[in-house]
Amino acid sequence: MSAAADARTSRTTIAAHYALLRWTVLVLAVGVWELAARAHGSVYFPPPGRIARHMHELWFSGPARHAFLTSAAVDDILPSLGRMTAGFALAAVAGIVLGIAVGRSRRAYALCNPVLQFARAVPPPALVPVFVVVFAFGTPMQIASIAFSAVWPVLINTAAGARNTDPLRLDVAAVLRLNTAERLWFLVLPSALPRIFAGLRLSLSLSLILMVFSELLPGTANGIGFTLTDAQTRSDLLTVWAALVLLGVLGYLLNTGLLAVEKRLIGRGKAI
Amino acid sequence: MSHTTTEDRMLQLSSVGQHYGDHQVLHDITLTVPAGQLLCVVGPSGCGKSTLLRTIAGLLPVGEGTITIDGTPVTGVPDQLAVVFQDYGRSLFPWLTVRDNVALPLRRRGLGRTERRAEADRILDRVGLSGAARRHPWQLSGGMQQRVAIARALVCRPTLLLMDEPFGSLDAQTREDLEDLLLEVHRTEGTTIVFVTHDIDESVYVGDRVVVLSPGPGSKIVLDLSVRLPGERDQIVSRGLPEFVALRAEVGRAVRGQAM
Repeated sequence: MSAAADARTSRTTIAAHYALLRWTVLVLAVGVWELAARAHGSVYFPPPGRIARHMHELWFSGPARHAFLTSAAVDDILPSLGRMTAGFALAAVAGIVLGIAVGRSRRAYALCNPVLQFARAVPPPALVPVFVVVFAFGTPMQIASIAFSAVWPVLINTAAGARNTDPLRLDVAAVLRLNTAERLWFLVLPSALPRIFAGLRLSLSLSLILMVFSELLPGTANGIGFTLTDAQTRSDLLTVWAALVLLGVLGYLLNTGLLAVEKRLIGRGKAI
Repeated sequence: MSHTTTEDRMLQLSSVGQHYGDHQVLHDITLTVPAGQLLCVVGPSGCGKSTLLRTIAGLLPVGEGTITIDGTPVTGVPDQLAVVFQDYGRSLFPWLTVRDNVALPLRRRGLGRTERRAEADRILDRVGLSGAARRHPWQLSGGMQQRVAIARALVCRPTLLLMDEPFGSLDAQTREDLEDLLLEVHRTEGTTIVFVTHDIDESVYVGDRVVVLSPGPGSKIVLDLSVRLPGERDQIVSRGLPEFVALRAEVGRAVRGQAM
């Protein structure tokens, strides 16, 4: 009992130690950046303190009843997040469903795999012009670009995960006479879950990239990507930097959220 | 054997053969298992014991001959059949709790969630695991995991239970406990059991009858032996009986392919 408690304590101590170390490195890096930018005094590289203040003024100094969001934040961040969420959700659902279907059929896997590898190899932003032609400029085009680019990592990883379902467990499912839906839900899907999340993490970062990229194109009137190009044409370097930092923070938070979901779901089935 | 009626024949194998490509695994296996019998199948490793079991379970198509369970020819996985595999770690679903693992086969019986859980708890209590219902398989010892697998096999009250070297990877003490649990279940439920093992002692201790397969390729039955031991089976007493020692020697010689 006490040995286990000791082990737990020492694990927490180590975790706390690493957290402290990580924050120290971050604070140091920002500190060095601040000092260097101030010393140089270039208008192209504002110090992080000014960027943070600018971000605050721009987006987070709104009234309390709007969760401190300014109208600029509502106009810029929410549409971007909305497009990204829609695109990512479409990619995730389609990728998981198709991936399971492809992975569970040996023939489908053999037939589809070359096509999938080809589709994955095409750099996603290169496809955006195609979607511009199909959907014209606007939100549907942006969502389609995000979804179509982000679907491949989920699909390929899900298919590989579903294909590698333990054959003994498939025998067990047969002997327990689980029907197809039960077999997928209780066996194939949980078996593939670690691979599915590996795919989702890749797709999430692709979604963020495609979100920004699709908003850089003409025909967009709002969004973080639009703010970026708009500020750039006005030579408002401070806003450009603010948008960049905001994208970094958003990417970090979204990935952390996904990791938390993954830990919650897979932690229960530890020894897979 | 000639006086057994059709109802008595739970499992009937007639000239069953099995091969993978050119490789003959089983050859001309004919065997009748009456209802309620605990039959042990023994043989050296690689003799096709597992193949035989998987064929009976409908996991492999029958190569040659026919297999009938309760008079019905086996074409797929038969109803009222349960299997316990050797590798409990892989056979249980780690993402489900012990209770959900055991309750899983009850879904097709159309029971509600509460009834399924109650039934799972009842059978877990039966195998001595009432305290572990809400834990996950990987939190349990090997012996406890195999108890979960046995509970999952018993929960649908099968009439035929197949066990593929179920205690082969457990330590001696745990294995003896589980052998006694199996005997107790067999005595009270009257389930017909086919128990595959490579352990000669175990086969004589557990079985009502021991069948020995010859080494492959093309394994066939080389010995079919009734086990009659006086009194109730007891790990210490039974294994010391002269009858036990004689039977063990006979099975041992057959497994090694020596003339008697």
